Amino acid sequence: MSLELRGITKTFGSLTANDSINLRVETGQIHAILGENGAGKSTLMNIVYGLLKADSGEILVDEKFIDISEPSDALNAGIGMVHQHFMLIPVFTVAENIVLGHEKIKKLGVLDISTARDAIKKVSRDFGFEVDPDAIVETLPVGIQQKVEIIRALIYDAKVLILDEPTAVLTPQETDELLKTMQELKRKGTSIIFITHKLREVRAVADQITIIRRGKVVSAVLPTTSEGELASMMVGRAVDLAPVKHKHVIGNAILVAKDLTVRDALGTAVVKAVNFHVNAGEVLAIAGVQGNGQSELARALVNLEDHIEGSINLDGKEIKGSSIYDSLHAGIAFIPESRELDGLVSSFSIAENLILDLHDQAPYAKGLNLSANIVLSEAEKRVAEFDIRLQSVNDAVSTLSGGNKQKVVIARELSRPIKVLVASQPTRGLDVGSIEFVHERILAERDQGRGVILFSTELDEVMALADRIAVMYRGEILEIVDSGVTREELGLLMAGVVNKKASA
Amino acid sequence: MRNALSKFGQAIKLPGLSFFMAFTITGLIIAVSDAKVLAKFSSPLDFITSALASVGNAYLALFQGSVFDVNLIKDGSFIQGFYPLSETIVTATPLILTGLSVALAFKSGLFNIGAQGQFIFGAIGASYVGFNFDLPIGIHILAAALTGAIFAAIWGGIVGILKARTGAHEVILTIMMNYIAAYFILWVLKTQTFLRPGRIDPIAPEVNENARLPLLAGSGFRLNFGIFIALAAALFVWWLLTKTTIGFKFRAVGANAQAAKTAGISVPFVITSTMMICGALAGLGGAVQVLGSEYALNTDIAGSFGFDAITVALLGRAQPLGTVFAALLFGALQAGGRTMQSNTGVPLDIVQVTQALIVLFIAAPAFVRYIFKIKKMKSSAALTSKGWNG
Amino acid sequence: MSQVLKVSKVRSNIEKRRLAGVSVTASLSVLSLFFFGFLNPGKDKTTFGFVLNNEWVLIKEWVVSSQTGSRIFSLVAVAASVAAALAFRKGARIVLPTGIATFGIFMAFITWVASGKFIPFTGLLQGSLLLAVPLIFGSMSGLICERSGVINIAIEGQLLASAFVSGVVASLTHQSAWGLLAAPFAGASISLLLATFAIKFSVDQVILGFVINVFVIGFTSFLYKKLLVPYQASWNTAPTFSQLEIPLLSKIPIIGPIFFTQSVVVYLMFIIVGVITFALFKTKWGLRTRAIGEHPTAADTVGIDVNKLRFRNVVIAGLVAGIGGAYYTVGSVGAFGNEMTAGAGFIALAALIFGKWSPMGAVFAALLFGFADNLQSTLTIIGVAIPSEFMLMVPYIATIIAVTGLVGRVRAPAADGIPYSRGGAN
Repeated sequence: MSLELRGITKTFGSLTANDSINLRVETGQIHAILGENGAGKSTLMNIVYGLLKADSGEILVDEKFIDISEPSDALNAGIGMVHQHFMLIPVFTVAENIVLGHEKIKKLGVLDISTARDAIKKVSRDFGFEVDPDAIVETLPVGIQQKVEIIRALIYDAKVLILDEPTAVLTPQETDELLKTMQELKRKGTSIIFITHKLREVRAVADQITIIRRGKVVSAVLPTTSEGELASMMVGRAVDLAPVKHKHVIGNAILVAKDLTVRDALGTAVVKAVNFHVNAGEVLAIAGVQGNGQSELARALVNLEDHIEGSINLDGKEIKGSSIYDSLHAGIAFIPESRELDGLVSSFSIAENLILDLHDQAPYAKGLNLSANIVLSEAEKRVAEFDIRLQSVNDAVSTLSGGNKQKVVIARELSRPIKVLVASQPTRGLDVGSIEFVHERILAERDQGRGVILFSTELDEVMALADRIAVMYRGEILEIVDSGVTREELGLLMAGVVNKKASA
Repeated sequence: MRNALSKFGQAIKLPGLSFFMAFTITGLIIAVSDAKVLAKFSSPLDFITSALASVGNAYLALFQGSVFDVNLIKDGSFIQGFYPLSETIVTATPLILTGLSVALAFKSGLFNIGAQGQFIFGAIGASYVGFNFDLPIGIHILAAALTGAIFAAIWGGIVGILKARTGAHEVILTIMMNYIAAYFILWVLKTQTFLRPGRIDPIAPEVNENARLPLLAGSGFRLNFGIFIALAAALFVWWLLTKTTIGFKFRAVGANAQAAKTAGISVPFVITSTMMICGALAGLGGAVQVLGSEYALNTDIAGSFGFDAITVALLGRAQPLGTVFAALLFGALQAGGRTMQSNTGVPLDIVQVTQALIVLFIAAPAFVRYIFKIKKMKSSAALTSKGWNG
Repeated sequence: MSQVLKVSKVRSNIEKRRLAGVSVTASLSVLSLFFFGFLNPGKDKTTFGFVLNNEWVLIKEWVVSSQTGSRIFSLVAVAASVAAALAFRKGARIVLPTGIATFGIFMAFITWVASGKFIPFTGLLQGSLLLAVPLIFGSMSGLICERSGVINIAIEGQLLASAFVSGVVASLTHQSAWGLLAAPFAGASISLLLATFAIKFSVDQVILGFVINVFVIGFTSFLYKKLLVPYQASWNTAPTFSQLEIPLLSKIPIIGPIFFTQSVVVYLMFIIVGVITFALFKTKWGLRTRAIGEHPTAADTVGIDVNKLRFRNVVIAGLVAGIGGAYYTVGSVGAFGNEMTAGAGFIALAALIFGKWSPMGAVFAALLFGFADNLQSTLTIIGVAIPSEFMLMVPYIATIIAVTGLVGRVRAPAADGIPYSRGGAN
């Protein structure tokens, strides 16, 4: 089945997310849509899938115009989608999830689950998946959850399958598996729209590449195009994703974690007795596939987790068990994983967000009193120093772009005297310009002799910034290797395969 | 100037339209439920005029009962005509305090339905100190009011501690605490300590003269010093929220508890201290009611001050000044409603309908826009509570 | 390679809570044995009466010395606590033994407190069920709403409005059946208000429910004073349903009078609870309802119209609550009384939460509240020493204990109370 988009335009207020986009996906083709964060890829796909309505434009399936205003229209037209954030009900079983929306009824109105169960088993056999139809979805690893989504699309006869950033949550090995599955699907005649910003994957699997920048199609190229060319088309200028890293002297250990275990509310250990240290003037990257305990470990370093065992020693002082406030003020800067949820109070002004952790310290506070004037004047200084683009520091922080929001978080965290910077996925969802800024800042902190612990799932980021790399897998740190390691070795570690010789 | 005017117009558009709709619907209910009006159903013109007359009379009585009544002027004492206004203020005084209690909780992201129970404990504490001790003037008032506030702060604090420690939802907790407080006061009034000598019905002795709040306009009016306590409390809440580090913490937790926690603000501290201050505010309301107008603790002391407080805070958009105005308005509706009931036979309960409608429309700007086909209308961020998991 | 994990024996929070449950039950059992059993001076007899109507008589009454009786029940509780502890160590379910222990403690308490008195045991249970009827209807209304993601604080308003309407309709038609028929529509119209403002205009649902309650209380009070009081003869003399004895079943001792000698409203309740339980977990409607309450965006992407289904479910919930409202008038006393629901809607809400948003859990919680309430009035009638006010507090204290976690973390449907729109979906 072929799919054609003609002149799709979609605006949100003053922002044009999609600007008359034309695109054609042939039968049995893997068509990659490449673009950086915020380029408008997801908007476009949500239009194709009926979750959003285009302001103008047409959609053709097999040369016939169709009207898609609801997801059910897309499903009926044979369009399936595997969403970036999985569209599965966590408390349902796999089979219940598959049935949902396509329910069949037995006698007395009783829901028929067994037919779906058989169908799941059949598709699983065909593609070599191991999926238990009766497992509760929230207990499954993300890789399996993604397969459930693919199985659903296949069971309901998707002829065009949209995969929205499907590799973000996968290990390199799982990614390879997925790419194989995509080729298998293609062989069986399914057309695939593959949305990503990862150049390597695109070149490995795509038949055709469309590059989107700021809502516009900037070029349509073949996978033979080099990575450098793809990157510069994607960003709109020549980019060098590896920032300059000065050689300098690395100091003594400034933060030492010993036998650190973190448990979730149910008592399960999500971080298992990890040991590591970071030296002054060094970037220790903690790599790994999302969901292997990195988030919890990062939060535990500032005592944000409720159940922590072991020891965290900051510059000779034990901080495990301190309050969050004391941990931060002992000299840890913390850039949380989600700036929207954890980093900022979106209805607060930019100035207020800049003192979220400092409001009861001098010079802002005198006794109970909070000085509005000093808050404003200090905010202006931060804004200038960190080049935060805004209209007024009194505006709500929610009016800022993602990159500027992250700058607010970074500016705030670096305005305390700090010894260690803990940054959790600091560039997630940012455009390339902002990513460069964040990287420069991280390296500047390193060069000034702070210890930096960088949690990142982006292999490129890890390789570019780290002096040493710890790889987490299922809550454990498998190895700590130095930055000379190869991608392949890291990939194996991330998949839980221990490399005997690369230890540092 | 023009700019300022249009800004002002924008700002009052939503409340204005909400009031208009609420009073229109209330008027319809009054007219339709009037037998005299319904009797004229056969003649449309008579029907409409008598309906308008019926509603007009009711609303006139509402005004006479709440602001000014020319019939009350006697012996050339013009000021006597404002007796209704003084009643409005007397009714509004405890409402301001309970309203502030709910409003402050909203700012910290808590929905305090418990002002009723907190009010009761404030009244019990103030009453006990009021009749049981003999203290000098001034000090007695202070001691009684303070005891009431502390009792209520503890009562509110229990909710704060339970929520902070276990994550239980404050809406459920405060509803339950209200019931417990309601039964508690019934029991208290039966105890020997609170039983008025010579009486067997549940009423406490009157508080001593020294413990009573001074009257402001002579013995002909019930208007008392309580209104200044209420206004001072509003000023305090405003200062606390906008000028202090504690207020900053409250607002940060209210707007995004997760981010506040990440920035090192102690959420349990905020929850507990908010609930204690809220309790103290509502308890002060109970104290003022006892020391300022009722003097004796009785089973009905709390009326519905704690529940009306929620509508007051919602109407006041949880702002201290807004809460004061909303309380005055609802005080006027209550005071006027009593006159309306006695003069025109329209039950006082209709006032509750009006209050509910006003708040409903204010809470639903989208609805008002929809009804009046307004494209854009300024409305400050809608108040929200947190669902059961929040 | 990974270090040898030094995993100390750490109990998960769930285990801790189970352990807390077991230890609290056990200590209460021992306290009960000590306090009710051994500090019980009276050799007075406690009499339990088992016959209520004309059912077959198995035992007419059981007379036991208050001391002996309390000891027996406390020992049952202690034994059950031991069983619970053993079950906990094996990792098995502890609901049944702790339930039995709680029952034993309750019975020991009753035997102790009613020393020298007569306890109409069957009547006590029957009364508990009757008091639970509106609570159960109310909590079913809450269940349907909240399982589909709409918080329903307006149960009180639904009950009150439908009590009013059914009373008036039954009075005007002189037919209790018409009253029962009209009530669901009253409940549904309150739902319509809730659904419109919550779903169409995205008003905060807790605030909205609260305001709706104020509105209904004010409006019914207004009409009550304006219409029902002055014109009582025609407007407020609703006939009630008579009791319908189910042949044979109603003759079974204890069970018969409780479950099979009831008015049609109570039988309707049994049916509705059964239907809702079945529908929620076994049908297409139930699957979709649970889906939109947990993850509406996911439901939307498979072609389910989230807001339409939510709207429909809120209206259905109103219909259910309406029958509960009718119970107040045509189901029991007939005439409508001002604010006659007296907060039952909030207790129903508490039952729903106490019952962890499951139909059977809510029913049991409602029955428990009904029992506490009725025990209080029974004890007041037979005249015991404890102030009735404290007995009246029991359901509310029980709810606080429940929501603060003794019965385990209660988790609402994930999307409960969050308006759904596609804009917010991404």
